[in-house]
Amino acid sequence: MPVENGIGAAVRRKEDQRFITGNGNYLDDMNKVGQAYGYFLRSPHAHAKINGINLDAAKAAPGVVDIFTGADMAADGIGGLICGWGITSKDGSPHNAPPHNSMAIDAVRHVGDQVAFVIADSLQQAKDAAELIDVDYAELPPVTDISRALSGGAPQIHEEAPGNVCYDWELGDKDAVDAAFASAAKVSKIDLVNNRLSPNPMEPRAALGEFDPGSEELTLYTTSQNPHVARLIMSAFLAIAPENKLRVVAPDVGGGFGSKIFVYAEETVTVWAARKINRPVKWTADRSEAFMTDAHGRDHVTHAELAMDDEGHILGFRVSTKANLGAYLSTFASAVPTYLYGTLLNGQYKIPSIYVEVLAGFTNTTPVDAYRGAGRPEATYVVERMMETAARDLNMDPTEFRMKNFIQPDAYPYETPVIMTYDSGDYPANMNAAKGLIDYAGFAARKAQSEANGKIRGIGCAAYIEACGIAPSAAVGSLGAGVGLWESAEVRFNPTGSVTVFTGSHSHGQGHETTFAQIIADKLGVPIESVEVVHGDTDKVPFGMGTYGSRSLAVGGSAIVKAVDKIVEKSKKIAAHLMEAAVEDIEHEHGVFSVAGTDKQMTMGEIAFAAYVPHNYPEDLEPGMAENAFYDPLNFTFPAGTHIAEVEIDPNTGVVDIVDWAASDDFGNIVNPMIVEGQVHGGVAQGIGQAMLEGVVYDDESGQLLTGSYMDYCMPRADDLPSFKIDTTGTVCPSNPLGVKGCGEAGAIAAPAALMNAITNALGKDIDMPATPEKVWRAANA
Amino acid sequence: MTTVTMTVNGKNVSADVAPNTLLVDFIRNNLRLTGTHVGCDTSQCGACTVHVDGDSIKSCTMLAVQAEGADVTTIEGLAANGDLHPMQASFKENHGLQCGFCTPGMIMSAVDLVKRHPNPSEETIRSELEGNICRCTGYHNIVKSVKAASEKMGG
Ligand code: FES
Ligand code: FES
Repeated sequence: MPVENGIGAAVRRKEDQRFITGNGNYLDDMNKVGQAYGYFLRSPHAHAKINGINLDAAKAAPGVVDIFTGADMAADGIGGLICGWGITSKDGSPHNAPPHNSMAIDAVRHVGDQVAFVIADSLQQAKDAAELIDVDYAELPPVTDISRALSGGAPQIHEEAPGNVCYDWELGDKDAVDAAFASAAKVSKIDLVNNRLSPNPMEPRAALGEFDPGSEELTLYTTSQNPHVARLIMSAFLAIAPENKLRVVAPDVGGGFGSKIFVYAEETVTVWAARKINRPVKWTADRSEAFMTDAHGRDHVTHAELAMDDEGHILGFRVSTKANLGAYLSTFASAVPTYLYGTLLNGQYKIPSIYVEVLAGFTNTTPVDAYRGAGRPEATYVVERMMETAARDLNMDPTEFRMKNFIQPDAYPYETPVIMTYDSGDYPANMNAAKGLIDYAGFAARKAQSEANGKIRGIGCAAYIEACGIAPSAAVGSLGAGVGLWESAEVRFNPTGSVTVFTGSHSHGQGHETTFAQIIADKLGVPIESVEVVHGDTDKVPFGMGTYGSRSLAVGGSAIVKAVDKIVEKSKKIAAHLMEAAVEDIEHEHGVFSVAGTDKQMTMGEIAFAAYVPHNYPEDLEPGMAENAFYDPLNFTFPAGTHIAEVEIDPNTGVVDIVDWAASDDFGNIVNPMIVEGQVHGGVAQGIGQAMLEGVVYDDESGQLLTGSYMDYCMPRADDLPSFKIDTTGTVCPSNPLGVKGCGEAGAIAAPAALMNAITNALGKDIDMPATPEKVWRAANA
Repeated sequence: MTTVTMTVNGKNVSADVAPNTLLVDFIRNNLRLTGTHVGCDTSQCGACTVHVDGDSIKSCTMLAVQAEGADVTTIEGLAANGDLHPMQASFKENHGLQCGFCTPGMIMSAVDLVKRHPNPSEETIRSELEGNICRCTGYHNIVKSVKAASEKMGG
């Protein structure tokens, strides 16, 4: 019998009440007594040596509390920011990891690099004082384009990275791929640029540091997707404070999309400075700072080739990519173009051999790291643009070409040549469902109709796969990860029957307060109104690895299930004692414990009460009803599906109208279908943004950021987008107890390839993202 | 410093502010009504949208002193006696929000939109909300929320 508000129900979100009434608690909404305000003086140059910084006039300005530079932090023994994933190059050498100071010490390497932190009684005073700082810069020539940076003779950005190379990495069997190409009847080739993006969560990053001289505890309130990881890094590598004296709190966070995973300079400086001045200090980014300093995403240049036999079966796949990592290595930057990218180049297909090489380098640009999908959108873009090109070269319907090469539903577990073991899926089913939703068969008639109206119509699909539920700790450890990627949970009954769930996952829009409560409602029969989900505070939650890589439900949710299992096990013992039966005879369903074959039963609430008032209680059993669990996943999960876009282009203006969008996704079991659909909508919108609107642009000569505000960086707005037809066709994930796969990134992974396949189908020629009206018009009228 | 006086959410408020104080900063910092958000510095995102004398405006485009004597409503003042405004209820019912950061501005814009277009088409809703950026929802459910609310609001 389904439980009210249990697993599978489209429960309206518990968290919404505070957000729709203006009662959310975002970081900049918080203020502490006696708080000062911080402001960063940032480099106006893309590349320069710093010969000196004169703070005298600024320090004397009204309201100034203190001003710090990188030298002050170094003198205090504070270390630099780290990259948590070691990549080994082809020649066996570790990746080049140049120092990454929170504030510049002798050089600046991108526009917006931190130079000094000015603290004053008011923000205006801090800004005014910053203008009085005299920095003696010696400008150096910059490079922002990755191909030029790696081409030899380009400006050298770090001493520790000769030729601006971070690593030269490979994966797969090169000889096997060479042999496949040698025997191929047909080879298709493609060159692609994956444009650089700015994540742009609507809440700008912010930090508030506070020091308690009595307890010597330092607290950092911050806009983070993973506060425990932030605490770990700040403690272990930066020596800001020992973990037991450092509390990191991420309150309501207004979107992240990956950009709030990383430990940023501004957070470390703010919390360190709070102790220095023994006074709370708050820093809030404005949007211009966000454009300059929130880690960017993507920025790849790729050449790919596909070998096929004469019937269109794929024989081998060869990919060569240059990845721009920006000026410094951000927290997980090294992993994104390697283990989150190369490992997904198998797509949904039977590909006997794959070889990928990635040359990653430094430029005078904002650091690049994980952004919604992280590596997997880049992989899908390469695979799905490649499949489309191959089908066109063969004169085959692109969906038929894919169907022909799909891994079949009975082939699991399926080992790919790029070290992944797919566990479940039904790719043909998703493809067929998406084709049905968009009436693929009727496209030719619609195209003719458009033509009659002087428009060009195109259709294109992307059959994507991603690896989510990140990740089995031993597996990622063997690939260079510096951390384990399990999750923790505590399920705590209060004596009166309400429940508090502590989770290491962090919600910044995903609706965990509802989804996780549904799991408790389903498994333990507690009404969701009586379930409180606590997250985002290192003092409250035992530990946590945070939210990214569509992992919260598959990993965090599984930890909750494990804790629930312990609750049930203990409850059975109590129920057996109170109902005078054998433990083996106690049956449990949705929070009701009954004695098999009798009408005797007790509710979870009664048992929890008995556990806290243990007057009549089993001997040798601890009182109380609270259980902790850690869950380390057995495998990645593999959400997959097909998205199809249909566009109509006006050749007179180059404007692309997305006339239809259909998706069939396999997310495994679904806890809250309403939330899942919303995640797909948002992901698709970001993918459409990448394909048609967005792109970070630098002037390669001056290194200046040309897209530094919403006047220049084109965000998707309501009138740029269509409504979407979203459907799910699930195969149960065998590797976690909920059978779930994750849904947060799918849309952003599938959409760019689907849309570009549609646009290039309409145009009959290739163009790069973003497909702006100008580019489309030129292609249509060339 | 200049003294400004206005009505905010039905209450008379008065404070001494620097003449260059933006209305949004007055609302957030002086009145501590933090439901009105700041999402940009170029008046593009709409997170700061409030009603001034019944019309929606981006409160980062206006000085506090320009609102002297005005009747201002923020998201905190939209619900009447604890009852959600139909637009608020509709956003919840139709999953029109995820992280919630754009939501107060989005709701304030949407209320004004429906006032001006009592029975808006999807196209009207999309073009009218062009000044409010949401990064989470892809707008699909925002459009749905506004449409459903417009029906409840007696359009
Ligand atoms: S803060 Fe007012 S429009 Fe962005
Ligand atoms: S709900 Fe997050 S920006 Fe709109």
